[in-house]
Amino acid sequence: MRFILGFIGAVFALILLISLFSNLATYFNNPPAPLAADKWHEEPKHISLSSDGPFGRFDKRQLQRGFQVYSEVCSACHGLSLVAFRDLERLGYNEAEIKKIASDWKTQVPSINPDTGEAATRKALPSDNFPAPFANEVAARAANNNALPPDLSLITKAREGGAAYVYSLLTGYHSQPARLLKEFPDAKTPANLHYNPYFANLNIAMPPPLTTNGQVSYADGTKPTVDQMARDVAAFLVWTAEPNLESRHAAGLAVAIFLLLASILGYLAYQQIWQDAKRVVRPTGVLNPENRAKSNRAKGKAGIAG
Amino acid sequence: MSFSWAKPYEPKHPAMRWIDERLPLPRVVYGAIGGGYPVPRNLNYWWNFGVLAGIFLTIQIVTGIVLAMHFTASADGAFNSVNQLIMRDVNAGWLLRYAHMNGASFFFLVTYIHIFRGLYYGSYKAPRELVWMLGLVIYLLMMATGFMGYVLPWGQMSYWGAQVITGFFSAFPLVGEPIRIWLLGGYAPDQAALTRFFSLHYLLPFVIAGVVILHIWALHIPGSSNPTGVDVKDEKDTLPFHPFYTAKDGWFAGAVLLFFAIVTYFAPNYLGHPDNYIPANALATPAHIVPEWYFWPFYAILRSFTVDFILPAKLWGVLAMFFSILLLFFLPWIDKSPVRSGSYRPVFKRFFWLLVFDVLILGYIGGAPINASRVAVGQLASAYYFLHFLVILPLVSAFETPLPLPNSISESVLHGEAAEAAPAGQKRPRSGSVMTAG
Repeated sequence: MRFILGFIGAVFALILLISLFSNLATYFNNPPAPLAADKWHEEPKHISLSSDGPFGRFDKRQLQRGFQVYSEVCSACHGLSLVAFRDLERLGYNEAEIKKIASDWKTQVPSINPDTGEAATRKALPSDNFPAPFANEVAARAANNNALPPDLSLITKAREGGAAYVYSLLTGYHSQPARLLKEFPDAKTPANLHYNPYFANLNIAMPPPLTTNGQVSYADGTKPTVDQMARDVAAFLVWTAEPNLESRHAAGLAVAIFLLLASILGYLAYQQIWQDAKRVVRPTGVLNPENRAKSNRAKGKAGIAG
Repeated sequence: MSFSWAKPYEPKHPAMRWIDERLPLPRVVYGAIGGGYPVPRNLNYWWNFGVLAGIFLTIQIVTGIVLAMHFTASADGAFNSVNQLIMRDVNAGWLLRYAHMNGASFFFLVTYIHIFRGLYYGSYKAPRELVWMLGLVIYLLMMATGFMGYVLPWGQMSYWGAQVITGFFSAFPLVGEPIRIWLLGGYAPDQAALTRFFSLHYLLPFVIAGVVILHIWALHIPGSSNPTGVDVKDEKDTLPFHPFYTAKDGWFAGAVLLFFAIVTYFAPNYLGHPDNYIPANALATPAHIVPEWYFWPFYAILRSFTVDFILPAKLWGVLAMFFSILLLFFLPWIDKSPVRSGSYRPVFKRFFWLLVFDVLILGYIGGAPINASRVAVGQLASAYYFLHFLVILPLVSAFETPLPLPNSISESVLHGEAAEAAPAGQKRPRSGSVMTAG
C-alpha cells in the first residue's frame, strides 16, 4: 500500500512540476502586460477618527456633521437602507428633531392609498428606515449613466480600508496624469467616468460629489472644507456600519479584564495543585544541575579535580 | 479507563449514589474527565488544544442556536436578517454574531494546532489509529459546517464561495454536473441551496459532537499519548485528569479565551472579507474569490494544477485537494517508525518543521491574489506537501536511526535521578494519588 500511495504522491508532484514548467514558459515567452490599474492604483490615505482603536468612541458632533453631508449631498443617489430614522437618537438628536428629519426627508416611503388601495407614498416616520433614493435598480441606473450607486449602510465594512477608503475616494479626484497616458495610451478615462486613483480600476462613474469648500454650512461653526466634509461623512459611515461600536468596546474591556483575572487566578490554582506533583520531580540539593554547576565551579577554583 | 490503578467512582453524596445505581452517568463522566482517568504526567501545553477545541465547539453550538432564532433562511432576507436584525436590533446580537464568526476561526486554529501536535508526536500510531481517524472525520465535518455557515449571510463571498466549492463536483466527467445541480437544487446557488445549507449547518455540529464522544472514547482505551511517546507503565507515570489537568486546561483556556475576546470585541472583522458585507449578486463576480483563511492551503493546492495533462487541470486540482486530506487517513501505515515522538527522531523532526513551513506558505498563496510568481511558489509547495507524506515519510521511517528513548515517563521527567532523589521509603507519604515514591 505504501508503494501505491508513494506512486500517487509522485504523480501529483510530477503534474505539479509540469504545471510549473508550462507556467514559467508562458511567463517568459509571453510576459503579462502590466495594467494601468496595477501601477497607478493607490492605497487609501490614513485618517484618524475618534472611533479608532480599542477605546474608541464616536464624536457625536462629527457624526451630526457627517449626517448633514450625507443628507445634503450623498443621499441624492445613495441609500442607507439598514438605518432607521429613530437610530439618529444615538447621534444626539431629540425625538422632535428626528420626527422632523423623517417627515421632511426628500423621498417618501412607498405606501398604499387608504381609500383606493392604489400605490402611493407617505411621509417617513421615525420608525422607518431611510427610504431608497430610487424606486428600483432600473430607475437608479437610468438616472446614473447605467451605473448603480451602492447603498452606504455598510460601506465602511464592505471596502478594504473602511473609512480611510471613503475619505480618500472623496478627496482623490483629479485629472488623469499625463505620465499615465504616455505609458498606457489606451487607458484614457472614458467619457462619463472620472479618474480617481483610489478606485480599483481608476475610473469611477460617480462625479466628484464634494467639489467646493462651503458646499454645506455647518451649524457648529466648523469650517466646511472639502477635506473636512469628507472626514465627517467617513466618520458618519463608520457609525452606520457599526452602530454598536461603543458598547462593543466597553463590553470588550470588561470581558478582557475579567478573563485576565480569571486566567491569573486559574494559573495560581494550577501552580498550587501541581506543587506536590512537581516537587517529586524537581531535583534538589546535589542533584539540582544548578547546584552541581556551582560546586563544580568552586571545585575548579580550589583546584580539586573530579 | 483501562488502567488497573484508575480510581473507581465513589459517590460522595447520597443523591449521586442514588443516580449512579440507576444510571451510571456520573461514573462515566468521572472516568472520562474526572479523577478516574489517569493521564501521563509529562504532558506539555500542546496537549491542551483538544479540550480547547471542545470549548470552541460548545461556543459555536450555543451562539449558533440563538442566532438561528433570528436568522431568515431566504435569499431575499438572509443578508438583512444578519446585517440589520441581528447586528442592530437583537439585544447583544452583534456579540453573538461576532463570537460565532470568530469562534469558527478559533475552532479551526486550535484544531490545526491539535492536528500538528498529533503529527509531531506520532499520536496517529498504534494503538491510537482510530483516535486519529475519528479526529479526521471531525475535521472533515468541520470543513463542511464551516463552509456552509459562511454561505448563510448571503454576501458576495458567501455566494461566490458556494459557486466555486460546489463547482468542484462539476470537474468530474459525466456525473459531475448532475451531482452539482442536485447538491445545489438548481443551476446556481439560490433559495434551495441556502435553505439546505442552513439545515445542514444546524445538523452537522451535533454530528461533530457525537463523533467527538467516539474520539474521546477511543482515546481512553489506550489513554493519552505523551511527549516521549513511551507507553505508560505504572501508576507513577500518571496523574488523575482531575484536578491536575482540569487545572492546567482551565487556566490555559482562560488565556486563549482572552485572546478570542480581544479579536471578537476589538477586531471582529479582521479575519473576514470586506466583500461579504456586499449582498450576494449573481451578476457581479468579485475580483478575487477567496474562501475563509482556514481553507487557504487547500485552495492553493487546487489552484496549483494549471495544465491539462491527460486529465483536465481542474480535475487534477480537485482530486489532489481531496487527496491531500484523505492521505492523512493512511498515515498510521505510511509512517512505520516504531518511535512515536518526533523529539527522538532527528531526521523526521526537520521534515516536520519543513512541512509546517510548507503549509504556512500554501496558506499565504491560497489567500493572496493570483500572479505568476505566486502560482510557481504554490506549485512547489503543493508538490512538497504530497512528497512529504507519500515519499519522504516512508523513507525516513525506514532509514532513520532514532535517539535512545527513556525507559519510562517518570524517568524522563526526573532526568534519571528519580531513584537517587527519592529512594523508596524515604519520601514522606502523601495523601491522594500523586505518586508513591519509586
